[in-house]
Amino acid sequence: MDFGFKLSPSSAINLDKVNLEKFEELHRAEPDVYKCMACGSCTSTCPANKYSGMSMRKVILALQRGKEKDAVAMMKNCMLCGKCTMVCPRGINTRHLILSICRIYEEEVK
Amino acid sequence: MKENIVIVGGGIAGLEAAAQLLDLGFKPIIIEKSDHLGGHVADWNCLFPDMSPAKDIVSSLIARSADANIFLNTEISFVNKLKDSYNIMLSNGISIITRILLMTTGFSLFDAHRKEEYGYGIYDQVMTNKDLEHWFNTGDDKRINNSAMNAVGFVHCVGSRDEKAKNSQCSKVCCITAIKQAIELKQKFPDAMIYCFYMDLRMFGKKYEDFYINAQRDYGIRFIRGRVSEVGENIDGRVIVKAEDTLSGKPVKVTLDLLVLMAGMVCNPDSTKVANMASLPVDSDGFLKSKDNVADIIESPKEGVFYAGACTGPKTVPETLAEARAAALKIYLYIKGLE
Amino acid sequence: MIYQGKQKIWADYQKEIPDNHWFYVRSCIRQNFFPGAEKMFMEICRDLLKKDIFETENHTTCGGIAYHCDTIPQETVMTIVARQFALMTEAGYENYVASCITSFGNYIEILETWKEFPELETRIRELLWKACRREFNKPKYVAHASDLVYKYRNEIAARAKYRLVNRFTGEPLRGVEHIGCHYAKMFPARGIGGAEYPYVLCGMIESWGGNVIDYPERRHCCGYGFRQYHVKANRGYSLSNTHKKFESMEPYHPDFILTNCPGCPYFMDRWQYVIAETEGKTYGENGYGIPVLTYEELASLVLGYNPWDIGLQLHQVAVEPLLDKIGIEYDPAEKYKGLNEKEIMRPELPGVLRCC
Repeated sequence: MDFGFKLSPSSAINLDKVNLEKFEELHRAEPDVYKCMACGSCTSTCPANKYSGMSMRKVILALQRGKEKDAVAMMKNCMLCGKCTMVCPRGINTRHLILSICRIYEEEVK
Repeated sequence: MKENIVIVGGGIAGLEAAAQLLDLGFKPIIIEKSDHLGGHVADWNCLFPDMSPAKDIVSSLIARSADANIFLNTEISFVNKLKDSYNIMLSNGISIITRILLMTTGFSLFDAHRKEEYGYGIYDQVMTNKDLEHWFNTGDDKRINNSAMNAVGFVHCVGSRDEKAKNSQCSKVCCITAIKQAIELKQKFPDAMIYCFYMDLRMFGKKYEDFYINAQRDYGIRFIRGRVSEVGENIDGRVIVKAEDTLSGKPVKVTLDLLVLMAGMVCNPDSTKVANMASLPVDSDGFLKSKDNVADIIESPKEGVFYAGACTGPKTVPETLAEARAAALKIYLYIKGLE
Repeated sequence: MIYQGKQKIWADYQKEIPDNHWFYVRSCIRQNFFPGAEKMFMEICRDLLKKDIFETENHTTCGGIAYHCDTIPQETVMTIVARQFALMTEAGYENYVASCITSFGNYIEILETWKEFPELETRIRELLWKACRREFNKPKYVAHASDLVYKYRNEIAARAKYRLVNRFTGEPLRGVEHIGCHYAKMFPARGIGGAEYPYVLCGMIESWGGNVIDYPERRHCCGYGFRQYHVKANRGYSLSNTHKKFESMEPYHPDFILTNCPGCPYFMDRWQYVIAETEGKTYGENGYGIPVLTYEELASLVLGYNPWDIGLQLHQVAVEPLLDKIGIEYDPAEKYKGLNEKEIMRPELPGVLRCC
């Protein structure tokens, strides 16, 4: 029956249901991925950010929250310029990390 | 030297000060309300950032201060101000006339029951940082089931930075303690997912930031920036935690086998009681008020009364020990000045 | 769950409730939703327990719904409330009991506001005088009607004909209690048991023989939420909140839900039908829903009143499975007979949710 309204989808993240298998694989390949402390340096200097919303910080977070599709969609705007690697205070090799993500999340990238 | 020095509190500050004063040739008197020395540190297992065993520090302090006059299970009944000294009446009937009083009354652990929404004392799988240290020490706690520890959460700032709980101060040591305890639990349960729910991570001390990176990189501790707002219990007795993942701006929920509340440091009511008897002022945060919060933290505004350790605000162990040593030197110079 | 831990909190949040002499104000919507509830409150308190409870036909809405929907200014609400207090003063009462949770919250909030801002109280007194030449004393005590039933719960238990025990198994019935948001969330100390673990309804269920279920979304809003429901574009939010609660309580298989707010029983009752129609899901046994009762209705049931006399035929979710478990006798043929055996209309039976 159509009442003109229905259940609204929840925006909540249920960590019980997030499958981190691929992220664990990524962590094995890139142990530094865990070191991100969400300072946002990468995002503020990213030449793609202002026009496309690409944010390395958000990519790392989204992959840990079960939002792989969002992460990959953002990453498609990356031009691999390497600026984020230059500014990361934790020394994360973000450029290499992006390539590893592309490899491990191959299905999502397609 | 005959001068009486009364140290109120036999925690690490009192013991270190007593040891230093013994070395300087005095015979201080330690008054301790409980039946043992070492205070809160005696209940702890390992200390950050190098995982030094707490019992080594406490037992060495006890050994170094053994020659002091120590009264256990003793409280201060009242303090009378005489012309240039204090008459201190103890609960065991002894009275002491002294010109020097060192307050090392420390802090109280915030009573986690007061954060009703976290369900401490109501939900089976909720414990405090202190309970966890007790488990590290004894292995005895029915909340920890060695075969079912798949997910554990730490809640930072329980009763700290909380105006509603009447404690607006940061308790300083809980961030690093949570990281220490998270690593220790991960070492014991390598397959468990361990979450820290924090508002800020205040890694101010020596090697703290390295410890944090260690927790992230090598132990895979998951840091979620958001204050836990509500805890519920599942039908199987596990706890469900709700917070906001403020970095993604979304509510987050997770089911845990154990939730550890990082209860903070609040002023010790016994400290306030003695302060009232000796007419010592209390600062706006409830802790004892120093002569100056920058230059003279270990001095009270009263002649002959000194402070060391967490009675003036949350402190780490090394900070407390440093203050205790400074207070001992200050007392030595003060007595010299009297002669 | 550590029951003793809850008892400690309950001991911290007890309030003195005067035993007698109350000025009663009804809710604007309850009589349309569950018309038997307020009638039974008067019947039980006044006629059965012989308490002095006074009501007047002159009282109006408290303005709470309009206030919470942000359609009238606070001063207007305060003046409406001041008039209610004037009616109480004129009737010679000092204890004020409200049937509605939002009214109760509204009264407490206004009294607390006047305490902090006495100049506002003075202004409202002037406005009331200008509007209708009335004056008022502030009530000495404001209670919610469920506070009173809580207070009388043991007297009710002593006179009860039935206990909340499953007569087939001998086990206590499992009840979910749901407290209206405005009962204690704004002023925790004003609610019996506080805001996190309210005791007001638990006390009734325990006293009448049942067991209380604590489930993860116990504290969550029923879903009504005023604007969430009243604005049709938001109605999905209302439904979703209710759905969240039912999903959370489902594994505990509750026999009934007990509420103390006008909106909660209505939405938890009616949305079970909508969830059944849209999602195909029901939460009771054998395709039924979980019966949702007001505390007056539950008190009346244990006291042995005829379920059809207390208005249970107006519930969407069939109450019959619960009546059967308690062992309450009823005549199905009488369900839709009103006063003097007059046939009232019969509802159409829904497609998914099983009803009687």
